[in-house]
Amino acid sequence: MAPTVKCIVLTGNGTNCEMEMAHACRLAGAEVVEIVHLSELLCGEKRLEDYHFLNLPGGFLDGDDLGSAKAGANRILHAKTRGREAGATSTEARLYDQFSRFIEDGKLILGVCNGFQLLVKLGVLPAFDAMERAQTVTLTYNDSGRFEDRWVHLKVDPASPCVYTEGLTGLYLPVRHGEGKFIPGSAEVLARLHREHCIALQYSTADTAAATLDYPANPNGSVDAVAGICSASGRIFGLMPHPEAYLHRTNHPRWTREDLPETGMGLALFRNAVSFIKRQRL
Amino acid sequence: MLNRIEIGFREGIRDALGEKIRRRIVEHLGLAVDRVRTVDVYTVEGDLATAELEAAAAGPLSDPIIQTWSVNRALADRFDWLVEVGFRPGVTDNVGKTAGEAIRLLLGRADAASVRVYTSRQYILNGPLGRAEAERIAADLLANDLIERCELIDGKAWNPARGVAPCAPKVAGEDRPRVEEVDLDVDDAALLEISGARVLALNLEEMRKLRDHLKDPGVLRERARVGLGARMTDAELECLAQTWSEHCKHKIFNARIAYDDGTGRVRVIDSLFDTYIKGATRAVRARMGENDWCLSVFVDNAGVIRFDENWNLVFKVETHNSPSALDPYGGALTGIVGVNRDPFGTGRGAKLIFNTDVFCFASPDYAQTLPPRILHPRRIYEGVREGVEHGGNKSGIPTVNGCLVFDDRYLGKPLVYCGTGAVMPARLDGQPTHVKEILPGDRIVMTGGRIGKDGIHGATFSSEELHEGSPVTAVQIGDPITQKKMTDFLLVARDRNLYRCLTDNGAGGLSSSVGETARLAGGCDLDLAKAPLKYAGLDPWEILISESQERMTVAVPPEKLGAFLALAAKMDVEATDLGRYTDSGRFHIRHGEKTVASLDMDFLHDGVPQLKLSARWTPPDHAEPDFPEPADLGPALKAILARLNICSKESVVRQYDHEVQGGSVVKPLVGAANDGPSDAAMIRPFLDSFAGVVVANGICPRYSDLDAYHMAAAAIDEAVRNAVAVGGTLDHLAGLDNFCWCDPVESEKTPDGAYKLAQLVRANEALYDVTTCYGVPCISGKDSMKNDYAIGDTKISIPPTLLFSVFGRIDDVRRAVTMDAKKPGDLVYILGMTYDELGGSEWYALNGFVGNTVPRVRPETAKARYDALARTIRLGLVASCHDCADGGLGVALAETAFAGGLGMDVDLAKVPAEAIGRNDALIFSETPSRFVVTVSPDREAAFLEPFRGQTAARIGTVTADGHLRLRGLRGEALLSETIGVLKAAWQRPLNF
Repeated sequence: MAPTVKCIVLTGNGTNCEMEMAHACRLAGAEVVEIVHLSELLCGEKRLEDYHFLNLPGGFLDGDDLGSAKAGANRILHAKTRGREAGATSTEARLYDQFSRFIEDGKLILGVCNGFQLLVKLGVLPAFDAMERAQTVTLTYNDSGRFEDRWVHLKVDPASPCVYTEGLTGLYLPVRHGEGKFIPGSAEVLARLHREHCIALQYSTADTAAATLDYPANPNGSVDAVAGICSASGRIFGLMPHPEAYLHRTNHPRWTREDLPETGMGLALFRNAVSFIKRQRL
Repeated sequence: MLNRIEIGFREGIRDALGEKIRRRIVEHLGLAVDRVRTVDVYTVEGDLATAELEAAAAGPLSDPIIQTWSVNRALADRFDWLVEVGFRPGVTDNVGKTAGEAIRLLLGRADAASVRVYTSRQYILNGPLGRAEAERIAADLLANDLIERCELIDGKAWNPARGVAPCAPKVAGEDRPRVEEVDLDVDDAALLEISGARVLALNLEEMRKLRDHLKDPGVLRERARVGLGARMTDAELECLAQTWSEHCKHKIFNARIAYDDGTGRVRVIDSLFDTYIKGATRAVRARMGENDWCLSVFVDNAGVIRFDENWNLVFKVETHNSPSALDPYGGALTGIVGVNRDPFGTGRGAKLIFNTDVFCFASPDYAQTLPPRILHPRRIYEGVREGVEHGGNKSGIPTVNGCLVFDDRYLGKPLVYCGTGAVMPARLDGQPTHVKEILPGDRIVMTGGRIGKDGIHGATFSSEELHEGSPVTAVQIGDPITQKKMTDFLLVARDRNLYRCLTDNGAGGLSSSVGETARLAGGCDLDLAKAPLKYAGLDPWEILISESQERMTVAVPPEKLGAFLALAAKMDVEATDLGRYTDSGRFHIRHGEKTVASLDMDFLHDGVPQLKLSARWTPPDHAEPDFPEPADLGPALKAILARLNICSKESVVRQYDHEVQGGSVVKPLVGAANDGPSDAAMIRPFLDSFAGVVVANGICPRYSDLDAYHMAAAAIDEAVRNAVAVGGTLDHLAGLDNFCWCDPVESEKTPDGAYKLAQLVRANEALYDVTTCYGVPCISGKDSMKNDYAIGDTKISIPPTLLFSVFGRIDDVRRAVTMDAKKPGDLVYILGMTYDELGGSEWYALNGFVGNTVPRVRPETAKARYDALARTIRLGLVASCHDCADGGLGVALAETAFAGGLGMDVDLAKVPAEAIGRNDALIFSETPSRFVVTVSPDREAAFLEPFRGQTAARIGTVTADGHLRLRGLRGEALLSETIGVLKAAWQRPLNF
């Protein structure tokens, strides 16, 4: 029998796509899906180690007041958690330690939009060398200088180790952000991302055949049209477009005029994650 | 100790904000500037070592990949002008608050006072600008003098070593709360003087009522028992002024009105609200009988209807006009996060699922001299747009529907309508959730933000016209994240049944939220000294009426107080026990042990005297238009498509997240290229179900120039029509009325008050007639009656405006229809008769006329049409359906065609019309209740079945060749344009 897949969808402090992300996990076949408020982790009621799949949804952590997800990353890096047993001698540890442990255990993390920004600013993505986490790329203000909600075509790198995009060639999903422009910290970082096929998703032309730098197909001016990157293991994945916003054909902007499958394209990412966990018996 | 941390972009990294500002300087101000860079400044107060400041700068405050930072050293160099803009003392600084929290967390400092942060921003300008031009950029674009301070530095005098001196805009207040007593035993002139000087906005009769109240021996005895004398305390006076304000008591809507309908006959109307609005709802509900799905109407912060067995729907629309005139960004942001708290604070609390917004502005291209204290309409447009963007997007609520209306009479006061819908479980622990209950002994707990001087006098200020002395403190700036944290917490507390009910702190602050909820128990005993303050120096009356944002007042049973407060602490939300509800019959307010107000609850709530007003209707008589029919209607159609009221609003729509929460079904932009104008929104609030909610609105202020009756009828019809166009049905549609009027009380300032009041009466008559015919009950509403500007000799009054919003249940969203033509060969139908009704139309306006033939709703025939159309949509017989009104048939056909990426051949001779001999009149008449529908030929017979006996005519065919071709009334080739050209004309005007 396949093991029970347990998903945690983290929320609080300005996160706002937790409901649909949890729905995606359920549709994908996960047996346990919990929306957990950050405060439940901090007070020790919940622990990341009890789950297989960490979902970091979109939103505006702390209003993105210091730049997208900056204050959110600062909290995960520096906030202390309390021990599990109430009343017992308090065992303070950094929340970040739970994150590190989760990653070291080879478990799955998916960050969408603000969740992607958080992973990048924590240095968890791309993190070529899993132990050495410093920020090496960023996501910043769109070239247009404005927030935009629009649907984009995405090209999938078939050679990417990304667990989530396995078997996919292209996607059509909405972006909804003001700070999605991907910039690598150096040419070396970018080269290595390409070399190791960490750039799982690129903004593309409508046929999803070629990456594009042209606005609005590339909605934010991302360098090399990067829309999503994964860790070298493929188990940690962040992307700006919202897969959880396209779970049913009625989410598609042209569903009243096109013949579409009942299930939305975004679900494939979650299905891949859940079946990976079952396969790997994480 | 103050330190400055500056954050700038590295060389070669695009400064998107700087670039946006540069474009605005060039395009909006017409000034030449080469480059604009921005630097974010954090002024840090606290005892911090240099290493700690550096850790903060390099850590949470900057992005190492693209930014650079400095501590106590200026980054700016080699510029012509530098403008640094920061907040004035006491103005909400959300970024400063977040930065302070981040630094304290980083450095492990628990005490909030140990590190405080104040933010400002530098705009570094390079270009051939003189001082006057730089000052203009600062004043007209970068800083709002009302809430921001601004420093201008000449590059030639710049010393980078010295930089800009650090400045902390603290509120310097002393904690010495004072209670002032006001002697009301004075003559009439002095009473009015008191009302004016304190921004009480009370009239003479109301002031006299207060004066006489204090002469009642019984009242004096009661007061003596709590240590109060024959004078009113400032807290009492302010509280009464809030509670009795036009804003809170709707005195005009509840007035006794002698109405002369123009024939000389005078009829007395005892409360427009009760007679027409509540009256219509009563009539509709009586007809629904056992199937009445209205649950809570006009009694709570929002209206509640049934969605299904387990869930209720909640909706409220508010206005935030006056604050948005002064500070467009803060005013509009507060407008949206403020209306969020209305459905949230309804019954036992509801989860927010959609926002709507409708803005009325003067033209962004307004080129005349601006009167004093008025911001340029483009600045208001951008500020309001951005405020609602931040408020809506950051709260995670999709903005699904809205519109922009332009008329230069909105120059004095823009209208900012914000609406929010919500869902609540029908029952909690078996008890209905839409009913509020409070028992004596329940604790009064305030949650969320702290109290400052922001938003003092908001309620009374919006009950006046915008004038020279309008108070700046009336403006607040919302903080969506503090509110989001609070609502996250309260929904958990609700589901654990930790409180009895809750309400929002909006206009009038605690005086209003506690005052209102205390009626449920029968009194209250509140200690203002316990209220958490943003800074010292607030007097008790200020604490009582402050409109500081993000606060809810919650009634918590005493046995649950501990659990409630513990959950709040865990979820990092401030919650404070301020006192208890009682059954004493008194509104009793203390500061510590000292009583600062003690008012009889009945006097507070029911003591306001009824206004007595007169209204007189005189039909206006405009010049009859006199211009020739154009031979080629192509240029005319393009000009109409480019009218501000008709053109694409895509640039605004895209900046609002309309898909968050995952239930988007009919989006605001639809069609082959995702850019056609949707008529209404549809969402699925529950992702495991196909039941949906339809949301639409209607607004037609131009028709007020002819007859406000038809303005209101057209607005209601438009909202209903839009909902039906996507798949809504009249069986389950509820309405909200939002009246924004110019002052209709005749006075020296308003000599035409009787006419404006007659307009209001007529609009209400229309509301009754149309909603009762359609069976669409109003469940909530709002009025804002003083939308005038009067400074010096200039008076600007808005056109009387009714926004009508509807929402309702959809059984199966998979039957929804969008407005874009779907396939070549589909047949084009028009539903409904076209009359010669161009009075107040866009076509007449374009030609410089108003005219007299106002578009009229014919509710009986319209209702039959809506029912038939709903049936055909439910049966899947309709390919596309588009509302036909503003700009008439011409616009509806063009939009249907270009949204579908398809052409259309149409024969105008086939359009059912009455007494229309001109082609321009036929395609631009704005007769309401019509639709343009496309139907697949194989479904034509079935489609027509329900329309038997009605006006429905096949007028053309959808084509593959990308041309819109119209054949004229005399069989002539009237118009042939490519859809690309038409779409481009429609997309250009507001594409900035």
